[in-house]
Amino acid sequence: MSVLHGFTALLQAADPNLPPVSGMVFYIFTLVKIGIIFGIYMVGVAMLTLAERKISAWIQDRHGPNRVGKGWLQPAADGLKNFMKEETMPAGVNKPLFVLAPILSFIPALTTWCIIPFGAPMPTRWGRIDLVVADLPVGFLFILAISSLGVYGIVLAGWSSNNKYALLGGLRSSAQMISYEISLGLSTIPVLLLAGNVSLNSIINQQAWGGWNVVNLTVAFFIFMVAAFAETNRLPFDLPEAESELVAGYHTEYSAMKFSLFFIAEYANMVTASALMATLFFGGWDVPFTARDNIGPYSKWLSLLSIGIFLAKILFFVFVFMWVRWTVPRFRYDQLMSLGWKFMLPLALVYIVLIASVMLGLSAAGIDQGEKIYPAILGSVNLAMIIILFAILDRGRIISPAYGRMHPREVERLKQVEKQLEKRHPIAAEAGK
Amino acid sequence: MAITVKVVERPVNEVSYVRAALKGMGLTIKHLFAVGDRVTIQYPEEKSPISPRWRGTHRMLTTENGKARCVACGLCPTVCPANCIKLVPGEDEEGNRYPLVFEIDEFRCIFCGFCQEVCPEEAIHVGRHYENSEYSREGFVYDLQRLMDQTHPVCEMWDPEDPKGE
Repeated sequence: MSVLHGFTALLQAADPNLPPVSGMVFYIFTLVKIGIIFGIYMVGVAMLTLAERKISAWIQDRHGPNRVGKGWLQPAADGLKNFMKEETMPAGVNKPLFVLAPILSFIPALTTWCIIPFGAPMPTRWGRIDLVVADLPVGFLFILAISSLGVYGIVLAGWSSNNKYALLGGLRSSAQMISYEISLGLSTIPVLLLAGNVSLNSIINQQAWGGWNVVNLTVAFFIFMVAAFAETNRLPFDLPEAESELVAGYHTEYSAMKFSLFFIAEYANMVTASALMATLFFGGWDVPFTARDNIGPYSKWLSLLSIGIFLAKILFFVFVFMWVRWTVPRFRYDQLMSLGWKFMLPLALVYIVLIASVMLGLSAAGIDQGEKIYPAILGSVNLAMIIILFAILDRGRIISPAYGRMHPREVERLKQVEKQLEKRHPIAAEAGK
Repeated sequence: MAITVKVVERPVNEVSYVRAALKGMGLTIKHLFAVGDRVTIQYPEEKSPISPRWRGTHRMLTTENGKARCVACGLCPTVCPANCIKLVPGEDEEGNRYPLVFEIDEFRCIFCGFCQEVCPEEAIHVGRHYENSEYSREGFVYDLQRLMDQTHPVCEMWDPEDPKGE
C-alpha cells in the first residue's frame, strides 16, 4: 500500500492550483492537440484494420496477413491499393450525394473526439493544459447530436447509388440506427443522474471518487454496449452491410478511396464508441486503484500515464468489438427490431426510474454519494437486476429464435386474420389450403 | 383452416441467447490463443505433402546411356483419351525403334495416367509434381528432351496386390 502511496505522490508533484493556459498559447496548444489526435487516430484506425484481420485469422486458426513487412505494412499496402484503384461512377447515380456520402459518414466519428478528454491535465510552464480539444459544457449532448448525424452518410450512400441492394442497406441502417439511438441515449441518463452534469470531465471526476459506472450502472453499460454495436453497424447488427443478402449493402457501388473512406469510418466509429464506453462507464482516463488522481496536483508523468490507461481501455473495447464480430452471427431483421423496441427501450426506461428512485431513497436516508456504501448499494441493485434479466427472462424472450414460442395473443390474432381472409376471399383462402 | 402453432418446450440453455453467445465467445477466445492449432500452410515456402499416386507433370525415364527408354510402340498415343501425345517413330541402322518426335501437350492432358499404365518399357510416367505454369500456351507442349530433363519423383501405380499401398 505504501508503494502505491509513494507512486501517487511521485505522480502528483506539481502545484495544484496551476491556472489553465490562455491567449496565444491556448490556440497553439489546441492546434497541437488536434494534430496529435488526428494523427494518432488515423494511424490507429489503419492499424485496426490489420488488427481485425489478424484477430479474425487467429480465431479461425489462420495466420492472417504476414507478407508485407511481416504483416505490419499491410494497412499501407491496402491504402496504396485503394489510391491506385479506379474511381467508378455507375450510371444513374446522384453524383453530388454519391461523393458527399462517404465524407458524411466519416466526419461525425471524428468530430466526437474533440470533446472526449483523453488524459489528466498536464502542467507546463505556461499553465495547465486540459487534455481535451474542446471542453464543452454541453459535453454529452454534443455527442448525442453528432453521433445521430452518422446515419446520413449511410442513407445517402444507399439512396444515391441507384442500386436496390444499396438502397435496402441504407433503409435498414436508418431504421436500425434511429431505433438504437433511443436506447443509447436513455442508457446514459443514469450516468448523467449520478454525475449531476453533462460535461464529460465531471462524469470522469465523479467516477474517480464514486467508483466506476460499470459497477454502479452495470445494466446501463450493457444497454449502451449493445446499442453501440448497432450504432456502429458491426456484427451482430451489420444488417446494413449483410454480405450474404445485400452484396455489400450501402457501399455496394463504391470503389477506391470512397470505399476506403467508408471502411475508415466504420473503424473510426468503433474507436469512438469504445472511447465513449471507456469514458462513461470505465472512468475515462482515471488510473485504476488510485484515488484523487483527477483533482491534482498534476504532473506530466500522471498525464502520460492517464493517456496510456485511456488508450488501453479503448483498445480493450475495440478488441471486444472484434471478438464479438467473429463469434456471433447476424440477427434477423425482425429480431433486431424487436430487441430494440420491445426489450432495450423498456429496459432503459425502467432502469432510469429504478436508479432515480434508489438515488432519491439514498439521499432521503442521508447517505452521501461519496460514501463507500453508495456504490455497494447501487452495485447490488444492478446485480439483482442482471440475475433477473439473464437467469429468468433470457429464455427465448430477449431474442426470440425462429423456433421460439409464440405468445397466445399472437396466435389468436393470426387466427382472426385467417377468418377475415376466408370471409373476404373464399377462393383465395381455399387455394391457400 | 385454423393456424396451428407448434410450441416446443426447450431447455433453457437452448433458448437463452446470452448464455449461447458467451459460450461461443469462450470458444473463439480459446482458438485466438491456440497458436499451435494454426492450419495454414505457408505455400511457396512450405508445401503440403502429396500422395505417392499423385499424377502430375510427365517425365520420360532414360536408360543408363542417357537415351529415352521409349521404343515408339505407339501404345500411349493410342490409349490417350485427350489425344495429347504426338509420336513420330524412327528406326536406327540396327533396327531399334526410337521416337523421332515425342511431344506431350500438358494443356490438353487430363492426367489420367493411362500412358504410364500402358507403357511396356516403363518409359513415360506421370510425376508427383504440379508447379508447371508457363507464360504462353506453346510452353506447355513438352518435347522429348524436356520430358527427359524432368527430375521429380514419378507416380507409383496402384498395385492390385497391395491396394492400400502398404
